Parts: sequence; structure tokens; C-alpha cells
Amino acid sequence: MNLAALTDCLTSASCLVTQTTSGLIIGMLLFLVAAGLTLIFGVLKVVNFTHGSFYMLGAYLALTVNGLTDSYFLAVLAAAAGVGLFALVFERFFMSKVYGSNVLMQLLVCYAFILILDDAVKIIWGPEFKSMGMATVFQKPPLFIAGGIVPVFYLFLIIVTLILSLVLWLIITRTKFGTVVRAAAVNPSMVSALGINTGLVYSGVFVLGGMLAGLAGGLAAPVRSLTAGMGFSILIESFIVTVIGGMGSIAGALLGSIMIGLVRSFGSIGFPLFVEGLMFLLMAIILILKPSGLLGKEG
Amino acid sequence: MMATRPNLVRDVAIAAVALIILLLLPYVWPSKMVNDLIIRVSAFALFATSLNLLVGYTGMVSFGHGMFFGFGAYAFGLSMQRLGVSIPMAFLITVVSSALLGLVVGAISIRLKDIYFSFITLAFQMLLYSTVIAWVPLTGGDQGLMGGIPRPPFLGIDLSIEAHRYAFAVTIMVIGLLILRQIVESPFGYTLRMIRDNSERATFLGINVFRAKLTAFVIAGVFGAIGGMVMALFVSGAYPEFVNWTMSGEGIFMIMLGGLSTFVGPAAGALILSLLNDVITRGTEHHGLFLGAVILLFALGLRKGVTDFVADWFRLRREASSRSGS
Repeated sequence: MNLAALTDCLTSASCLVTQTTSGLIIGMLLFLVAAGLTLIFGVLKVVNFTHGSFYMLGAYLALTVNGLTDSYFLAVLAAAAGVGLFALVFERFFMSKVYGSNVLMQLLVCYAFILILDDAVKIIWGPEFKSMGMATVFQKPPLFIAGGIVPVFYLFLIIVTLILSLVLWLIITRTKFGTVVRAAAVNPSMVSALGINTGLVYSGVFVLGGMLAGLAGGLAAPVRSLTAGMGFSILIESFIVTVIGGMGSIAGALLGSIMIGLVRSFGSIGFPLFVEGLMFLLMAIILILKPSGLLGKEG
Repeated sequence: MMATRPNLVRDVAIAAVALIILLLLPYVWPSKMVNDLIIRVSAFALFATSLNLLVGYTGMVSFGHGMFFGFGAYAFGLSMQRLGVSIPMAFLITVVSSALLGLVVGAISIRLKDIYFSFITLAFQMLLYSTVIAWVPLTGGDQGLMGGIPRPPFLGIDLSIEAHRYAFAVTIMVIGLLILRQIVESPFGYTLRMIRDNSERATFLGINVFRAKLTAFVIAGVFGAIGGMVMALFVSGAYPEFVNWTMSGEGIFMIMLGGLSTFVGPAAGALILSLLNDVITRGTEHHGLFLGAVILLFALGLRKGVTDFVADWFRLRREASSRSGS
């Protein structure tokens, strides 16, 4: 524990800027993953335990495409498209077979896929840590804001993730697909009775969630080290985020993600060895005070 | 109470016969490989059966039960290494401390229902896992508890001798399963089944559902920790994998594989999965790939545990014979 360092940081503008931007980045990338998780749960009432592996897959795809084409934008696009496609196959041929059975079967199918994907990554990309390095486009001198150092890429990440969140919000609230999705979350049999193919809606939601996770993986690739276990740690964080924000609530996921991001970045100064513990502590407190999460519906 | 339990005698008799067979086995079939397998299966059988007390009997899908397995291994190993106590004393410390852990984690987690409960138990397990990894001076971090666990003799039992270790592990397992069986068949066990099937009805009947679930959680935690202790004795150490989430995943797979509607299902699943893991480890480097494929085949193909098939077969045969008799 190092409370003196934390107070020093909180009173210095440069440290505040640096830590807040890094917290926002952690939070916004986490949001992209958690939003898909919470969306899938909200509509299908299924918990996609492989969602972290989607993120991992996105990061590795971006690594390969960036290496082949030297275009970071192509890499991120490929990550989103590739993982979206994978999510479609996963949903159609595996997950959809266990929608009706108990949660244990769904858990087992996801568990199997986590094992398989982790091993596949080790076989294809090797077991050692991989690093993509900063994309050539962003190899520029960092900005100085109020004395704090902010790499250009960080600014780009924050802006892109904010735009993505806005797009997601527009899709959910302003498009026909979004309306159907929201309706299916409340009453799937009524939606089905109105002549809408709910199976298609479920696939669509899975693909959307998968693309968001793939995007997050691709966007994170330059600033994270890539390893076969990276999916599971972000999965746990996404769980914490969705539980804090309320399962099924996308706005809640945004709130929870930013909270977790800031807890992680400022916590690493004050309690370097207990950062994970802080997140669980925050979750436990919120669960005790409001079991349905900050923005979750009661019951 | 005893009058309603004529099965107690039967259970004790079955346990005694099973124990005698297991104890005689090394003389009939002297093989270190078989011995080692049975010790490991003993540890996993306790782990899986205790998990089934939650999943199968109470309907609480804990995805963090590995936390207790790992905690038991570390608590036992650390008591032996750091405190220098006798094995029975370390056993007692493990039981009491895992009960306390179960009480704290359970009191928070049980407030949540269904999948939220699964999440939070998993989250608690990962908290323990990251603590084990980060607290290097105490736990040895990702290297695990090194240097071996001392095994001083007690009551004429010397666990550094392999035959003693084997006898100790199977005895603990059989006694543990016998106790769990009594819990499951007791009025409390039937209370848990009622909570699983209709917790509102249980509440209307004046049952304190929260307290019953918490009791089940603590009991399951203690027996899971005893499983971890047997494992720590066997490998003479404790490793972070025992606390990792894969442990919980394997526990779930064990009870599904063996069948969660029979009492011995999870133990059978522990045996099958251990055999399977041995075969996969010997045959290939890509353990996850093959185990994952087997799990998929099971979840999408078989969909029922092995003992469920056996139970179905007996039921069908009984029905067939009663039809032909009438």
C-alpha cells in the first residue's frame, strides 16, 4: 500500500491527466467487450463465457494482418470481421444447440471452446508472449496536456471507442434491428409470433457482440502483450463490469467499465499488489448495496 | 430419526465393502500407476461430490468451487511447512479455515441468484488465484509451494510411505463420501432438494432458505478443501493450478460426465475424467484441444452422465420385468 503516492498523484495535474487517460483506455476497451457480453445476456439469457476468447482472437488476428499488410486500420477491420464470422459459426453450430438445456450445458460448451481456442492460439502463434508494437501511423511524439504525457494513440483509442459506443447506442435505439433486439429481450415468443425470425435475431446479436469483442482485441493489440490466457482475464473483468452496471444494461456496462478502468489506473499507484482485489471489493460492495447492479432492473 | 433411516446400515455396509476392496487392491494388483490414479481420484471424488451437493442437490451452480480445492491444498501445506504442526492438527486447521472461507464467500454470494451466483463465486476464486500468484513470499507465486510438505508420522501412520499414503487417501475419501451421503439423505438434504425445486414453497414452510444454502455452501467448501488436502499430501506441494478456474471447470465436467442425479455419479465422473486426462496427456501435447473436443462431444452428443444411463437401464429392465410378470 502506498497512500502517499496516491495523494501526490491526485494533487498533481500531470499525474491526474496521465492516469485518467490510461484509466479511460482500460475502461473503454473493457466496455466494448462487456457491452457484447451484456447484450447477448440481455437478449438470449445466455452467458457467453467464450467472450474473452473472442477478444483474444481479435488481438491475434490484428497482429497477423498488421504484420502482413502493415496497415493498422486493415488489421482492426480484419479483427472485427474475423471474430464476427467466428461468432456466427459458434452460435449457429454450437451455442444454439444448448439454448434450451440447463445452464450447465451452456457452461460446458463455452468451457470446451475456451480450452480449444487457447490451445489453437498456442499452436498457430506460439506459446510465448507476443507484442505487436505501435502501429507505424501512430509513431509520433506524445502530446503534453497540463504537464501529463498522452501518447497520440491513446487519444485515438478514446475517440474511436467513444464513436463506437455512440454507434452501438444508435443501432440499439434508432434502427429496426435494435427495436427487434430490445423487443426480443423482453418477450421473444411475442416477437416470434409477429413473424420475426428470432433465430436470426439471436445470430445477429451474437455477431454484433463478437465484432465488438474482436474490435476491442484489435484496438488493444498495440498496447497489450498477447498471450493465450489474455481472454480469460478480460472475461473476468467484463463479468465484474456487467455485475456492477447491471446485467443486460449497456449504459450500466459503460458506467461499470469506466469505474473499473479508473480503479485499475489509480489503484496501481496506491495499491500496486491489490489492484485485482480492489475491483472485487468494489463489486462486492455494490452487490451488497444493490444486488441487481447500478442500472439493472430489480428482480 | 434413526427409525426413518434404515438405509444408514446399508450405506455403512457399502462403504465398508468399498473400503476393503480399495485397501486390498494393491495386494491383488500391485501397480504404482493404479495406486497413484486412485489417490488422485480420491481427491477429485471428494471435490466433485461436494460440488454436487451445491449443483445437483441445491441447484446452486457454483463456478468457483476450485477455490476450496486450492485453498485446502495451500492451507494444509502452509500449516505443515510454516507451523510445524502434526498432520491431524493441520487437517483441523484446514477444515476450520475453509469453513470460515465458505462462510464469508457464501454470505456474500448467496444473495445472488442463478448465473449471478456462478459469476461471483468465479470472481472470488480468481481473487484467491491472483492473491496466490502475487503473494510470492508466502505461496511461492506461480512456482507453487516448493520444498515439499513434511509428513511426520502420527498414530503409527507414516505418510512418507507410499502404502500408508494410499490407505490414508482412500479411507478419507470413503469416510468423506459416507458423511456426505448421510447429509444428502438427512432431512436437511431433503430441505436442499425442496429449495432447488421450489424455494418459495420452502420459504412458506418456514425454512430459512438463506441459512440452509449457506450451510450447504460451507459443508461443500469443507469437503472440497479436504479433497485439496489429499491432493497436497499426494504431490507434496500445492500449485496455482489447484486454485485456477480450470479446476472449477473440471469439477463441473466431472459431475456432468458421471451424472448429477445419482450420489456416486460425480465420483464416477472423477474417475473417468482422470483416466481421460491421463490418456490425453500421454497421447498428445495439445491437452486443451482434445479435452475440449471430448467435452463438446459430450455436451452436444451424449447430454447425460454415465450413471444416468446405468440408472435408466435398470429402470427400463425393472419396468420390462414387471410388465412380463403381470
